[in-house]
Amino acid sequence: MQKALVSIAIAASLGLGATAANAAILDDVKAKGYVQCGVTGGVPGFSAPDSNNVWTGLEVDYCRALAAAIFKDADAVRYTSLTSQERFTALSAGEIDVLSRTTTWTMSRDTQLGISFVGTMFYDGQGFMVRKEDGIESALDLSGAAICIESGTTTELNAADYFAANGMEFNTVVFVDQDEVVKAYEDGRCDVYTTDSSALAAERSKFANPADHVILPEIISKEPLGPVVRAGDTQWFNIARWTYFALLEAEELGVTSANVDEMLGSDNPAIKRLLGVEGEFGAPLGIDNDWAYQIIKLVGNYAESYERNVGPDTPIGLERGLNALWKDGGIQYAPPIR
Amino acid sequence: MTTIDTGRRLAPRASFFNDPVIRGIIYQIVVAVLLVSFIFWIIGNTAANLAAQNKTTGFDFLWRTAGFDISFSLLPWSRASYYWEAFLVGILNTLLVAVIGIFFATLLGFTIGIARLSTNFIVSRLATVYVELIRNIPLLLQLFFWYFAVLKAMPAVRDSIALPFDSFINQRGVMVPKPIPDEQFAIVWLGLLIAILGVFALRHWARKRLEATGQRFPVFLTSVAILVGIPALFFVVSGASVSFEVPELQRFNFKGGLQLPPEFVALAFGLTIYTASFIAETVRAGILSVNRGQTEAAQSLGLKEGDRLRLVIVPQAMRVIVPPLTSQYLNLTKNSSLGAAIGYPELVNVFSGTALNQTGRAIECIAMTMAVYLTLSLLTSAIMNWYNGRVRLVER
Repeated sequence: MQKALVSIAIAASLGLGATAANAAILDDVKAKGYVQCGVTGGVPGFSAPDSNNVWTGLEVDYCRALAAAIFKDADAVRYTSLTSQERFTALSAGEIDVLSRTTTWTMSRDTQLGISFVGTMFYDGQGFMVRKEDGIESALDLSGAAICIESGTTTELNAADYFAANGMEFNTVVFVDQDEVVKAYEDGRCDVYTTDSSALAAERSKFANPADHVILPEIISKEPLGPVVRAGDTQWFNIARWTYFALLEAEELGVTSANVDEMLGSDNPAIKRLLGVEGEFGAPLGIDNDWAYQIIKLVGNYAESYERNVGPDTPIGLERGLNALWKDGGIQYAPPIR
Repeated sequence: MTTIDTGRRLAPRASFFNDPVIRGIIYQIVVAVLLVSFIFWIIGNTAANLAAQNKTTGFDFLWRTAGFDISFSLLPWSRASYYWEAFLVGILNTLLVAVIGIFFATLLGFTIGIARLSTNFIVSRLATVYVELIRNIPLLLQLFFWYFAVLKAMPAVRDSIALPFDSFINQRGVMVPKPIPDEQFAIVWLGLLIAILGVFALRHWARKRLEATGQRFPVFLTSVAILVGIPALFFVVSGASVSFEVPELQRFNFKGGLQLPPEFVALAFGLTIYTASFIAETVRAGILSVNRGQTEAAQSLGLKEGDRLRLVIVPQAMRVIVPPLTSQYLNLTKNSSLGAAIGYPELVNVFSGTALNQTGRAIECIAMTMAVYLTLSLLTSAIMNWYNGRVRLVER
């Protein structure tokens, strides 16, 4: 009888322990000592490991900024490479703390998946890439073409919508992994490779002869790409969101990783608030008051990250366009820190 | 039962709690209650967590428009089809590749297995190399190899290889003319049905005659003649006709006709090659398990070589072959899910992949997919067990 009682007691305590495990994400992250960040398997400029296996890219910089804000150490990040099929499940299951992986903000994802979009790190749109030798000039000439697509993406739905709306026939070949999509296109299984136009440019930079491929002028969708967190933890959501805003705010105020230390002595109240010299903007987030200073010091502002990873001087070669700040003709805009 | 009896005899006047029977029952009840509450707790916990994350659940999404394309489908499919149709398309594509794979893997496996026992040194060595090489390389790797090897080997669309009868091979697959029977053609199907029944009757009659008189009748050749002859006769008499839809080169690819995409070819081929290597070993073990004395006994009865195999050796070998063969069939069916990696739209790719991601109903989609594989496995198992029961050695 005693044995039976003991097993009941163990089962009961297991049950209680499991239900009580609903602690805040920030506490978990602090206890672990690093941020677990979900990224792509490798899209140059956005998130890809370099030859030394160090992850770099615009989306990786966001993870680093988050780590800088919490730990004052931009390297306190561990990366999980995820396919587009796995990403939301990994986030819901708590395998990652934040998903920073070319993910499009859509209404159904925002409202039905139990996740929250932090903001739009990169305004993108879906495009088509074809072989130059095929002599195609417009996406409207693509009726009947075979199209390579990554499974479970908005891309898959947009392509079907676009072809149906224009009365064209379509013929898609769907792969789970982006590497297979690109390889099948290169091997000639498909006439067209379609995904977000930034990723097209990034993948083309990896081809043996990038000049043999052209990106068609049509952009057939809005693809606001941004980081995502689990829904329900307001504190963690706020940290994630204001990390992104701090990157923009720093660019707008002209604070860079190079001048951030002298900017500590600036007379501009907005800069003082951003860098934590004046006011108290860390405590409400549950982190230190110099969180934005750490981000800028260790990672840089949005412009620095953009130029370093995907800007015109990189192999990806993307102009700022919509991703310029609101005052420079783009639509990137951060609410004031005050 | 015996332990309980001994317990009683040793302690006939034990107190209520020390009575082994009572204790046994109590333990059983405790375990049952714990198990049931554990299951309820799992379900409740899942539901609570999903609700806390603001996730919508339920199967209502099955009646929503899917909005994506499926490249290869046995049922009519368009972007306006529903999710439940995507589920069916996935199941059928899985079944198609599984059935074809099982058929060819069995043929190839038996051939290789027998070849491995051949007295010809080169034949048996080649079979050994095949088995050892294929069996020890992960299937996923082989599928990638076959898929990209298939693609690389095939010419671009404009350089398609033209085959006789308006058929073509290129990077997008194999295209053959599609037969379109007219209304009278139903008569021919009726003819085929009659022919099949006729063959069964013939076999029955031939066996009876053999048992009664010892005279043999050429059943196989006659059956072939009946199967071809009767439908052909019906075809001519009814005046039915068949027209052909010929694949035609369009701007990007051939259109019309029947098309087999390279994803299907690579997956069916890869599964066949891989599973055949395991079946070959099973067959070899089965044949080796039959005692040499059985062959000698059959010889001394004066049976011919063919009859010796058909009536004495193979039936005994099948006893050993069938159970492991069943698990190879199950493996092949389950392994077809790796087709997702090379773009073949089978169940996992279409439903646990695209549909799950587009709807976010992870639990529902995975549960439905698991239910399908479970059903397929149990069905295969049931059929093979029935067959095993028939070929089993009847002991008297």
